[in-house]
Amino acid sequence: MNVRGELKKSFQISAWFMFLTFPILVIRVNTVENVIEWRWYNMAIVGVSTFLGSALWRYLLSVKEKSQRINAASPGNMTSFQKAFSDKRFFYPALFILIGFVISFPFLFSMYQANIMITALIYVMLGLGLNIVVGLAGLLDLGYVAFYAVGAYSYGLLNFHFGLGFWTTLPIAAILAALAGILLGYPVLRLRGDYLAIVTLGFGEIIRLVLENWGEFSHGPSGIANIPRPSLLGIDMTLTQNTIFTYFVMIGLVLFTIFVVNRLQNSRIGRAWIALREDEIACQAMGIDRTRTKLTAFALGATWAGMGGVVFAAKTTFINPASFTIWESVIILCIVVLGGMGSILGVISGALVLTLLPEYLRAFSEYRMLIFGIMLVSMMVFRPEGIIRNVRRTYTFSKE
Amino acid sequence: MEPVLEVNSLTMDFGGLRAIDQLNLRVMPSEIVALIGPNGAGKTTFFNCITGIYTPSAGDIFLSVNGRRERLNGLKPNRVTQKGIARTFQNIRLFQNMTVLENVMIGRHCRTSSGILGAIFRDRRTRLEEEKVVSDSYKILEKIGLDRFVNELAMNLPYGAQRRLEIARALATEPFLLLLDEPAAGMNQKETQELDELIVNIRDTENISILLIEHDMKLVMRISDRIYVVDYGKKIARGNPLEIQRNPAVIKAYLGEDPDA
Repeated sequence: MNVRGELKKSFQISAWFMFLTFPILVIRVNTVENVIEWRWYNMAIVGVSTFLGSALWRYLLSVKEKSQRINAASPGNMTSFQKAFSDKRFFYPALFILIGFVISFPFLFSMYQANIMITALIYVMLGLGLNIVVGLAGLLDLGYVAFYAVGAYSYGLLNFHFGLGFWTTLPIAAILAALAGILLGYPVLRLRGDYLAIVTLGFGEIIRLVLENWGEFSHGPSGIANIPRPSLLGIDMTLTQNTIFTYFVMIGLVLFTIFVVNRLQNSRIGRAWIALREDEIACQAMGIDRTRTKLTAFALGATWAGMGGVVFAAKTTFINPASFTIWESVIILCIVVLGGMGSILGVISGALVLTLLPEYLRAFSEYRMLIFGIMLVSMMVFRPEGIIRNVRRTYTFSKE
Repeated sequence: MEPVLEVNSLTMDFGGLRAIDQLNLRVMPSEIVALIGPNGAGKTTFFNCITGIYTPSAGDIFLSVNGRRERLNGLKPNRVTQKGIARTFQNIRLFQNMTVLENVMIGRHCRTSSGILGAIFRDRRTRLEEEKVVSDSYKILEKIGLDRFVNELAMNLPYGAQRRLEIARALATEPFLLLLDEPAAGMNQKETQELDELIVNIRDTENISILLIEHDMKLVMRISDRIYVVDYGKKIARGNPLEIQRNPAVIKAYLGEDPDA
């Protein structure tokens, strides 16, 4: 690395920034005394901080490039994390501690913490679902929240009109969301990339606007209240007990999601999704039915959002269209991209980071979006494959 | 004997542009046929018509397999592959982020059937099918000579190996007819030599007919049984390599007319 050249470039950048910010940060016209104040210290701050920032940025970039040259992405080369993970001496104790922590969590911490964790787990589920559509099948879906809304409203409305319980509605909502997925899938079969993103974005907004304006059906913006919490064999539970119960229901659902998604990923269908993401034309030329593969991806992705929606409705006991804005879709998409497209562990960690960080950073709530933005930008520059990279499965063969 | 592929007066228009004009072509069983012509003559368009990526404006495409003759016009690409036509692409279109083995396993997709429930519950049938897909795919890689790359990502393969992997992937679909779109493009002499052995070997051992587009005339002349020459979407010559080399129309299309003659 040419240190002098890099430093020179950083110096140029800082000089350019000082010049750019000169009129607004240095000169100030004091209209009371009609004098011009020269705030040179501001210029020094801008100069030093941009210089340091740009030098750090360049240093990190060069480190990244160097490491890329050494281990080109290949399934054999695992990250240190994954190596540690596959080491049994490390894996089993770690798993044991994790299980212990997960089970004791709601008893060790306050109900506030348990509630946050339930929300985080719902996002894990949503992330894993969207991961099928975006991470595996490569279909950029910006309207995923629509299926979440379908799930939540299925529970809200079925309970309101027919008195159906949590457990009955869970599978019904999953099926309804899957149908909604197919409904969205059909018109966008021919679309790819940006076009698909725009149409799905529209779809998400349509669902929200329908819920907001079709008062007779969805009770409009005032939403549906008094949705029952999850029940257990009709036992009466206090709020605390119910929160703990919901927590474990959510843990169970997340485990179920991981199980199914993992199996799907390493199957004939999972491979077809990935092939579709990699190259649509080659994928069809290999005999894969594009229509069917896309629709199964949309349907199976939406299923989890539907179930997540039911838990959401049950947890908050109140739903209205304001909970299902485009912002939710963006967060879920960020979870998938930040965590690592196609990687289950990655999506889980992405979901935990993106939902827990804002909660625990409430003290800095004014800077929350700033931190969020900086994090996303630097992740995309320094680690575009996400927190945990998706590693392809390897096979061993013995020569006969 | 009935031809495997029979194309009758195929025409393909893009708006006002006639890319293929009344083209007839036949490929007999176990025959290697080359389709040559200057750049832009419509060769790849012809492949795209056969494989269902384009729907031809006029004409018929028939595939005859095991005594059954079927019309392919208007079928989707995946259906055409299922009927028994596989292809490779001029500009390599591998699944870059999948391993070499997985690329071939994708080729087995249309010959297997396990679905969503099978994937989730992993019943006996699905497990057996999956095992067979893996071992079949490995056998194909061994045959093509790519077995040392099994777990490598396709994008990390050297260029020549990527071209071979495309062929391996196409073979995995169990085709009766293999369409190769410039398989030797960008290869050095040694690689071309190996490729030429591979193509003949595929024909001899698998009884697969081969139709190839190629600009490397040495390769074409060495391995083809018959050659079709097209220019501006029209067939200008047809025959065995020797006849084609002497054909004045072909020489004119390739070298241009001698202004002094």
